[in-house]
Amino acid sequence: MADQPDFAAHWSLHPSVSLRDESFGAMAYHHGNRRLVFLKSPLLVDVVRQLDDFESADAALDALVADEQRAALCRALETLTSSEIVRVG
Amino acid sequence: MSVNHSLRDRFESGLAAPICLTWEVTYACNLACRHCLSSSGVRDPRELTTDEAKAFLDEVAAMQIFYINIGGGEPTIRRDFFELVEYGLSRGIGIKFSTNGSRITPEVAQRLAGNDYLDVQISLDGADAATNDALRGEGSYDTAIRAMENLRDAGMTGFKISVVVTRHNVGQIDQLLALADSMNAELRLTRLRPSGRGVDVWDELRLSAADNRALYHWLMDHPTVLTGDSFFHLSALGDPLAGINLCGAGRVVCLIDPVGDVYACPFVIHEQFLAGSIRDGGFGHVWRDSELFRSLREPGSPGACASCGSYDACRGGCMAAKFFTGLELTDPDPECVFGHGETALAQRVSLGPRPSPDHSKRVTISSR
Ligand code: SF4
Ligand code: SF4
Repeated sequence: MADQPDFAAHWSLHPSVSLRDESFGAMAYHHGNRRLVFLKSPLLVDVVRQLDDFESADAALDALVADEQRAALCRALETLTSSEIVRVG
Repeated sequence: MSVNHSLRDRFESGLAAPICLTWEVTYACNLACRHCLSSSGVRDPRELTTDEAKAFLDEVAAMQIFYINIGGGEPTIRRDFFELVEYGLSRGIGIKFSTNGSRITPEVAQRLAGNDYLDVQISLDGADAATNDALRGEGSYDTAIRAMENLRDAGMTGFKISVVVTRHNVGQIDQLLALADSMNAELRLTRLRPSGRGVDVWDELRLSAADNRALYHWLMDHPTVLTGDSFFHLSALGDPLAGINLCGAGRVVCLIDPVGDVYACPFVIHEQFLAGSIRDGGFGHVWRDSELFRSLREPGSPGACASCGSYDACRGGCMAAKFFTGLELTDPDPECVFGHGETALAQRVSLGPRPSPDHSKRVTISSR
């Protein structure tokens, strides 16, 4: 198991990633590892786009996500860190 | 990349922009491969100008298309080739180009190496000169190997060696994988389709049913080998191969040809699959509004495959393979793993349509 990423750290979209809106959410492409990733909800896309503006991932989630959606969002964000779409720290 | 069902439905109905856009920048080529999918050879005098090509790249960037595949013909023959590549890169577009390697000198390799946004694909159709050159022409094996060595020596890693799998090289895929490893490259295997000049050699070169089965298991055992999603008709044999597993033509795939015509897929260069021209209001307009693309994004009819238990895995296979072998688009793939394609081929009333346009050189090159 990979370590749980640090939600208290500052997160941001990786600089080599392009993000394009689609009807289901967005598609992301990482020009470094050439991975194509699907962001399957508009809320997730919103959070990912704004991560950089908050001091931590937790702070972004506090501000943008309702409690009952938080667990699902955290899981989705974790997978985005493992594909390096989102950068921690 | 594996994709769940609801996403596959999204793909079927199309995306805001293609995932796999191929741009053939010239029909000119210094080789005359027998199976060339675009019947290339001679330059079309109406080719896009440098300014038109740059305007197209501007639009690609504006549509946030992540990367494009540049091919031909031999794309490096265009005088402005590197100018266009650099222009695209400066717009943040990822670029992969396919080449026979003839212009990948040590100096060019140096220029190409070390850019994440740039990838090179060298075409090779056999693990030795005899097998490769029978298809691609005398000397083409040595040329390709030299290009790979130049890229490796320049420090480029992960470039692609792209092989069209035929009955003559299917027994060499382990050797080809070893070659890719020795070049710090990745192996990419693609399906031979009866497109372009391929229509004339498809029957002679295509895989047997046994070859196809062996290839499926080999691909399952070697998940790092790339396929461009081209063998999804083999997914009917068991667990699906990695990929989208549906015909992406006009949905996630399209082709821009050297004169700016937009086709549904690189393997269907024929007026029936011509969606429009980028000279006529731009690419985005064609992608979004072409009647052909709209109809391709409708849920397909399973046709003769309706009763097949593997329809979900194979979706009836490749539209191009059916079209150019004279099958109906609702027929099974000619290489259907259950043999239904052979039955359909035996029953067809006429041979397939000829690919058009044909830019082959008039002089026939003896290549046997
Ligand atoms: S019958 Fe059709 S869906 Fe079934 S395996 Fe053959 S081509 Fe694929
Ligand atoms: S026509 Fe064939 S090659 Fe083209 S997108 Fe469909 S399945 Fe792929």
